[in-house]
Amino acid sequence: MTFTAPVLNYAQLAPMLIVLGGALIGVLIEAFGPRASRHASQLFITVASLVAAFAALVRVRNQSSVDAAMGSVGFDGAGVLLQGTILIIALLSVFLIADQENFTALAAAVPGSSEERESLQLDLRVTEVYPLTLFAVAGMLLFPVSTDLITLFVALEMLSLPLYLMAGLSRRRRLMSQESALKYFLLGAFSSAFLLFGVAYLYGYSNSVTFAGIQASITGGSGNDVFLLLGIAFISVGLLFKVGAVPFHAWSPDVYQGAPTAITGFMAAATKVAAFGAILRIFYVAFANAEWQWKPALVLIAIVTMVFGSVVAITQRDVKRMLAYSSIAHAGFLLAGVIALSKSGLDASIFYLFAYGIATVGAFGVVTLVRDSAGEVTDLNRWSGLGKRSPLVASVFAFFLLAFAGIPLTSGFIGKFSIFSAAYETGSTAILIAGVLSSAIAAFFYIRVIVLMFFKDPVEDGTSVVIPSALTTTTIAVTSLITLILGIFPAPLINFIESSAFFIR
Amino acid sequence: MSANPYIPILVIFAIGFGFAAFSVGIAAVTGPARYNRAKLEAYECGIEPSPQALQGGRFPVKYFLTAMLFIVFDIEIVFLYPWAVTFDKLGLFGLVEMAIFIGTVFVAYAYVWRRGGLEWD
Repeated sequence: MTFTAPVLNYAQLAPMLIVLGGALIGVLIEAFGPRASRHASQLFITVASLVAAFAALVRVRNQSSVDAAMGSVGFDGAGVLLQGTILIIALLSVFLIADQENFTALAAAVPGSSEERESLQLDLRVTEVYPLTLFAVAGMLLFPVSTDLITLFVALEMLSLPLYLMAGLSRRRRLMSQESALKYFLLGAFSSAFLLFGVAYLYGYSNSVTFAGIQASITGGSGNDVFLLLGIAFISVGLLFKVGAVPFHAWSPDVYQGAPTAITGFMAAATKVAAFGAILRIFYVAFANAEWQWKPALVLIAIVTMVFGSVVAITQRDVKRMLAYSSIAHAGFLLAGVIALSKSGLDASIFYLFAYGIATVGAFGVVTLVRDSAGEVTDLNRWSGLGKRSPLVASVFAFFLLAFAGIPLTSGFIGKFSIFSAAYETGSTAILIAGVLSSAIAAFFYIRVIVLMFFKDPVEDGTSVVIPSALTTTTIAVTSLITLILGIFPAPLINFIESSAFFIR
Repeated sequence: MSANPYIPILVIFAIGFGFAAFSVGIAAVTGPARYNRAKLEAYECGIEPSPQALQGGRFPVKYFLTAMLFIVFDIEIVFLYPWAVTFDKLGLFGLVEMAIFIGTVFVAYAYVWRRGGLEWD
């Protein structure tokens, strides 16, 4: 057996390498940097590496090759768009994370113990959250461009493990935060096992772990179809868990509620982009010719996800849980783009991911602002009358909710319209009907919150809107501006996606 | 005629299960059943099993840190051995990559060291 040194295309891998380098520098700052200046230097390193990674990505945006890393990483238009989306969302989320008021002083301390009180008195800060964010972002960048199953798995773990930790860093309601981290970890490990099992079956089927090899085997049709079916099913379980599709959604309301709100926003937006990027690539590239085998199941999951997310969100009394169920419903809408299996489906999915991700970061950014003396207030009853006391904040939140509902003049409308028309073009009428119906149901609970904020009397219990920091203001302003602009002038972005989104095979 | 190559494995499995079932069964039937305290205790490699960990059932977290640190270096060794075997074929590329890899491992080590992970008490 001969070994040859691998050839890597460093320019195309640069965005991921820069982010990983930034994360390593962040760990070194944690180790050697003076405590007083840690927060500032971490923030600088994080923002700088995200911006540098974006610049590196822009530099290679027109390249495409299957050989970025020996056939393990495929670099193409869709990959560039997804990576760019993840980097933009990560940057906006980091601005929210920079508001350290939401993070615990000492994550390892037992809630209510003397260590915790001591660390609160010392005014410690968990600045580790920055390198963790960068590690997660690096995994997310790799996830949608990986073109073999091993790389896919490594990327999945790389993005998941930091997120498990970050979910447990909430400053208030420590027990709930730790519970959510543990739940996320256990269920995530379980779903990773499913994914690995699927990898094993697909290898057994095609004698190859690359997407191209699996596709060739499906086209050749010589393998054992039972292995193929089992492989697709298990891989789908692992990936659908990450996007929170029903019936693999059980973790998401608890984790969304328990995690620090800035992390929830990052997780909800960026993980969804990365995971849907991977789903799109694997279904469009590897499984495209076995359409008849996975389509019925995926159609069913998409419909159930849309309807379940929309219906259950109605009964939620907590704003973060409500947004969690809304994100489950959005996962269903996004699955419609996967099922379409066409160029227009791909374009619509990428647009939807960008629009939804941006609006999600903004919405969770607003949630961080509504507080009382004990921290953030997420109980919806206490949000009533918010529009009378803080018209601006309530209006911005209402705008994001309208974007989620898909009301015209917001990016959500364009996203939903394009994804449903892609589904319609390819003849998935069932999806179309379920999508429109659940959109209508979803609009009910979004508008109910708006009514609650603007047409109910305020409750006098110390709930107030804090003055946001400059960075949080930037995030909320930029996200609402993008949501508005994409609602009014979507054409430039749509045309850009149309001209550049493709999967290299 | 060629037999299925997996049949020997199946035979091994059958013998294994049969032996286990036979041993347990024959011991239950013929063995004397005289129990004492020592026999009923959990087998702990000669250490007296304590009722629970110190400090109210919580295991001290220092074991965990040591175990994590062990895993970091264990993984490093896992990669170092195949690299050492194919060193002449991978050449300078392999050397640089391995230096980067060891560098990242040492970043983790430096973090543990500076944050007091190596202090036992």
